[in-house]
Amino acid sequence: MNPDTLMNILIATIAAGTPLVYAALGELIVEKSGVLNLGVEGMMLVGAISGFIAMAKTGSIIIAVSCGMLAGALMALIFAILTLSLMANQVASGLALTIFGTGLSAFMGIEYTSVALKGVPELSIPVLSNIPILGQLIFSYDILIYMSLVLLAGVLWFLYKTRAGLILKAVGESPKSGHALGFSVIGIRYLAVLFGGAMAGLGGVYLAVAYTPMWVEGMVAGRGWVSLALVVFATWRPARVMIGAYLFGGVTILQFHIQGFGFEIPAQILSMLPYLATILVLVFISRDKNLIRLNSPASLGITFHPENN
Amino acid sequence: MVFKIEPRPIPSKAMKYFSPLIAALLMLFSGLLIFILLGKNPALAFHAFFIEPINDLYGLGELIIKASPLMIIGVGLAIGFKANIWNIGAEGQLAMGAIFGGGVALYFNESTSSLILPAMFAGGIIGGMLWASIPAFLKIRYNANEILVSLMLNYVAILILSLLIHGPWKDPQGYGFPQSVLFSDSALLPIMIEGTRLHAGVLISFAAVGVGWIFLLKSFIGYQLQVSGLAINAAAYAGFKYKKMIWIGLLSGGLAAGIAGVSEIAGPIGQLLPSVSPGYGFAAIIVAYVGRLHPGGIFLSSLLMALLYLGGESGQMNLDLPSAVTGVFQGMLLFYLLAADFLINFRIRFKLNQPVKGANP
Repeated sequence: MNPDTLMNILIATIAAGTPLVYAALGELIVEKSGVLNLGVEGMMLVGAISGFIAMAKTGSIIIAVSCGMLAGALMALIFAILTLSLMANQVASGLALTIFGTGLSAFMGIEYTSVALKGVPELSIPVLSNIPILGQLIFSYDILIYMSLVLLAGVLWFLYKTRAGLILKAVGESPKSGHALGFSVIGIRYLAVLFGGAMAGLGGVYLAVAYTPMWVEGMVAGRGWVSLALVVFATWRPARVMIGAYLFGGVTILQFHIQGFGFEIPAQILSMLPYLATILVLVFISRDKNLIRLNSPASLGITFHPENN
Repeated sequence: MVFKIEPRPIPSKAMKYFSPLIAALLMLFSGLLIFILLGKNPALAFHAFFIEPINDLYGLGELIIKASPLMIIGVGLAIGFKANIWNIGAEGQLAMGAIFGGGVALYFNESTSSLILPAMFAGGIIGGMLWASIPAFLKIRYNANEILVSLMLNYVAILILSLLIHGPWKDPQGYGFPQSVLFSDSALLPIMIEGTRLHAGVLISFAAVGVGWIFLLKSFIGYQLQVSGLAINAAAYAGFKYKKMIWIGLLSGGLAAGIAGVSEIAGPIGQLLPSVSPGYGFAAIIVAYVGRLHPGGIFLSSLLMALLYLGGESGQMNLDLPSAVTGVFQGMLLFYLLAADFLINFRIRFKLNQPVKGANP
């Protein structure tokens, strides 16, 4: 394998992992607050088409990102109202969000299936981008990829260095205690769910506007579900989410290159790889029951009602 | 006047049955709003969507054909949902059923034996259950989340179907289209009513509703499932084996989806195609929920969901409405149901503003 191919694979891996970084870090915050939102796939799809439409209409990446995040957050708001205010089952509500988002995005995207976008240009930083190898490997991505790194830093700082992060985790571990201490459990969870929606929307925008860049019905293709699995894989730790996301990015990219290495493998089998890898990784990490029990937020998925406590 | 939300002392039984009706009405109302927003005449659109598709015998037949897979899968999934076992892989289990059943049909395509159809269904059941046994096994043995595993397997099953249709099972005379040869007559389900496409497979679905009713409401295992779902510790204390619940909960969905897969290919489709279902496996989740996990309710909700499919097609033909609107309606239906269920455990009290006694100095 020549160095150029390897370089291309590495760069493509980062790009393929980025939508997962956004969606999974968002879901991580949601789950840290004690809420399980299975609607990531639906929020990503609606975020993707909203960002895509905004990009097609205005050509501005800032507007596209804003629209996608807003759309994701609005979807999350439906989920929040159902599960936090109306105390509906979180699993059923999350599934409903994904089914609804799949339909809504297909509906919104009908006139945009054959629209081509220019994509998002890579940053070109004077001097740095021209350094051989390193410049290409580190300084040659589009702005959204760098933003995902900023997001990781922000999430790490928030969870481990701020009082607000501590409160969020406390609410996720024991909503009763949080409530007794005078924190608004429901309010905090609303904010977490909305943040998760905005990040899923942003992941969708990246996919539709920068990664592909085009709109295809159902184009998120399970990445929302993979993001959910990534949070488990990472045992609810942000830095591991990032590593996991790039691992899956690598598996996704490998399928495009494996045939180039002279293997005669049908395309369908290669397309299965990311899904099979997800199952494998889930099995690998979940088989240690204590590991999961110690790391998952204690109240994950359990409805909390302030007046019943 | 103010209103106050307060918990009910005991959950309302009446609301349990009313809330699906409220949800359906709210969905219809939202539908009207969507039609108006899209600039369609709401009365015409409503007619095209909800009445036109079923105003003749053929249309009614189509309704039942579409309701049939939703009904049987809905019952199968409800058995798991009762015990909080979330099989969302019915779409893949349906595809696996179609692969196994279709494999039998293609292998014996020259045969005219009357045993072909039963063999196809046996194959479909094996395929569907095999696919559902993967998340069951991985959950029991490795504690892996069945929601994520069963969901991932949907994609894998559909890719396997695609692989077969593009490869060994491709019709050599199919002008390069990805499709199998047409099944022989002995591998097709007979039509029951002349002038419709109503095939005998729907009888299996009707039977499944009956069997599901007995199983869920009259059998000890159904009771065990329900207790496991409501209070897992109580179930463990009573000595109910949770592992057994996991197997039953997932395999029942696989069984039902496998049968539905064979019914589709041996009924309305008549061959293997890369896509054998317009999302029945996912829609059946809504059917099960809106039907209150009760076979009778599932029967009714499957008809409503089938109407949404037909309405989507009819709206596309007659009004140039995008058929994707079906998915929007289906999602809304479940949203409204989950919201309306709030009224099972809570009530809204309206009361007039009254001056508080003793508030004045």
